[in-house]
Amino acid sequence: MRYGKYRFVASFLAIPLLLYIVFVVSPYLQAIYISMTDWRGFSPNRNFIGLANYAELLGDGRFWRAMWHNALLLIVVPVVTLGIALFLATMTTVAGRRGSVGHGGVRGSRFYQVVFVFPHVVPLVIAGVLFGFFYNPEAGLLNGLLRLVGFDWLTRAWLGDTTFALPAVMAVLIWSFVGFFYIVLSAAMKSLPTDVFEAAVLDGAGGFRTFVSITIPMLTDSLKTSYIYLGILMLDCFALLQVMLPDGGPDGSTEVVAQYLYRAAFTEGRFGYASAIGVALCLVTLVLAIVVLRMGRRERVEF
Amino acid sequence: MSIDTRTPVSVPPRSPARRAQDGGSAGERGLNAVSHGLLVVWVLLGVVPLLWAVLTSFKSDREIFTSPWSPPTEWHFENFVRAWTTANIGRYFINSAIVVCAAVVLVMLLGAMVAYVLARYEFPGRNAIYYTFVAGMTFPIFLALVPLFFVVQNLGMLGTYHGLILVYTAYALPFTVFFLTSFFRTLPGALVEAAMLDGCSHSGAFFRIMLPLARPGMISVGILNFLGLWNQFLLPLVLMPDQERYVLSQGLAVLAANQGYRSDWSALFAGLVIALLPVLAVYIAFQRRIQDGLAVGALK
Repeated sequence: MRYGKYRFVASFLAIPLLLYIVFVVSPYLQAIYISMTDWRGFSPNRNFIGLANYAELLGDGRFWRAMWHNALLLIVVPVVTLGIALFLATMTTVAGRRGSVGHGGVRGSRFYQVVFVFPHVVPLVIAGVLFGFFYNPEAGLLNGLLRLVGFDWLTRAWLGDTTFALPAVMAVLIWSFVGFFYIVLSAAMKSLPTDVFEAAVLDGAGGFRTFVSITIPMLTDSLKTSYIYLGILMLDCFALLQVMLPDGGPDGSTEVVAQYLYRAAFTEGRFGYASAIGVALCLVTLVLAIVVLRMGRRERVEF
Repeated sequence: MSIDTRTPVSVPPRSPARRAQDGGSAGERGLNAVSHGLLVVWVLLGVVPLLWAVLTSFKSDREIFTSPWSPPTEWHFENFVRAWTTANIGRYFINSAIVVCAAVVLVMLLGAMVAYVLARYEFPGRNAIYYTFVAGMTFPIFLALVPLFFVVQNLGMLGTYHGLILVYTAYALPFTVFFLTSFFRTLPGALVEAAMLDGCSHSGAFFRIMLPLARPGMISVGILNFLGLWNQFLLPLVLMPDQERYVLSQGLAVLAANQGYRSDWSALFAGLVIALLPVLAVYIAFQRRIQDGLAVGALK
């Protein structure tokens, strides 16, 4: 009955695999090799120089500053985003107390579920242009609002200020990503067993106590996955910054590794060096994933 | 980190009568009111910037700068005409539509074929192929950027529609394969066995039985791919240097960057709204499916 099985399998896999190998697998593999050459792009000669690019990277102040910006994004954005998403998800999935069940959202949850995701649907490029104008010193909505309520002393050129440019970008990232993680965490909460919540209510646990002692421990795995996913996004994070602060911000105060890589490759033509930056970025991603996955492994809750 | 403190909105007071209906102890009622208020704040935070963009797109340039908060005194519909024609948004929109639609169709077909074979057939190297695809989801595109540029250039596809379509397809394959493989595993195999006893071929069973059965999963993945590719910025930035074939996100970024010299803000905002319409329409039309799809895809 399985007549011509292998021919069929091969015919279905051939084209997609070819496409995938040519455009995805081979570039990744090439990148590792190119990172060990002194290739400057449009000339054919490239020499193998081993780990020299990586050695240069270690002493490159601009790279480390960009890495530091990524690290800040990596810590602040996921923590705040997941915090807000967790709160919103709790409110709309488990906080409402219908009878004694203690499971189910507050009034109007259905409406919130639709609206909370709006910002996430907005492409980051559009969000970048929009919020670039939002922070505009003269015509921006933010300074307009501050003047309206009499806080004139707070107004400033948000994106032109070395202290505030990066936090301003973080706020946009948080605005954009909460919706996605709201969905992820709500789905995780909905799949939690109801009886645990019933038991908590019977034992007289309040909303906050239930959240800390029941919801959070049971969501550890989802939170970790979300953190890794968000972490990968924060290490990349190119589109928004390139639109909002294409020159790396005032005095380079918001340049991230991805922008530095892009500039090294496509402005300065240092392809070997740019690839080394890419490999370094990839290694950091892997380390992050391993650290987060190993963290607090013993606290895992079975249900 | 005080990210929420500069919210451009205020919390509307809630009527205590409505809260009382929800029941709950007196102590928890106050807390509930605060929590509810925060939900409303987040709704406003999400919606106000978008509404503001829409209102601004109807204003004149002067009005944008003099009264950022007030609604337009006169509705300038011609902003949209100017954005579409003079600022080239129309051309970019059509470029995006061509590339994204072709790529989504292609990735759904190829992705479904790979996923079906991986989910339903035993053959040597099956796991290796599966994990090769899954690994593609975890590496940052950045690493591949430089070599990818030269691969596309050497194939003579730099700045072409088909080049970008094939690259989009290839980079959307990992997610599509990953998601659809687990989906095909859940479908009943007995139907295929029966069809093949009746003389149906392997590919016949796929196209006539399994593919129609997989429709719900296909639609979820298709929508997510559409949204993801419509928002793509990095790949076209590197692979589409030809200004005639810029995609929408690229065109908007250039338009925004050029504002310093040519300032036509009202056209820029009209362009933003035009770019936003398809994604919002798709989201509102399929929001249930997207939520389910995102949830399953992200958790599994």
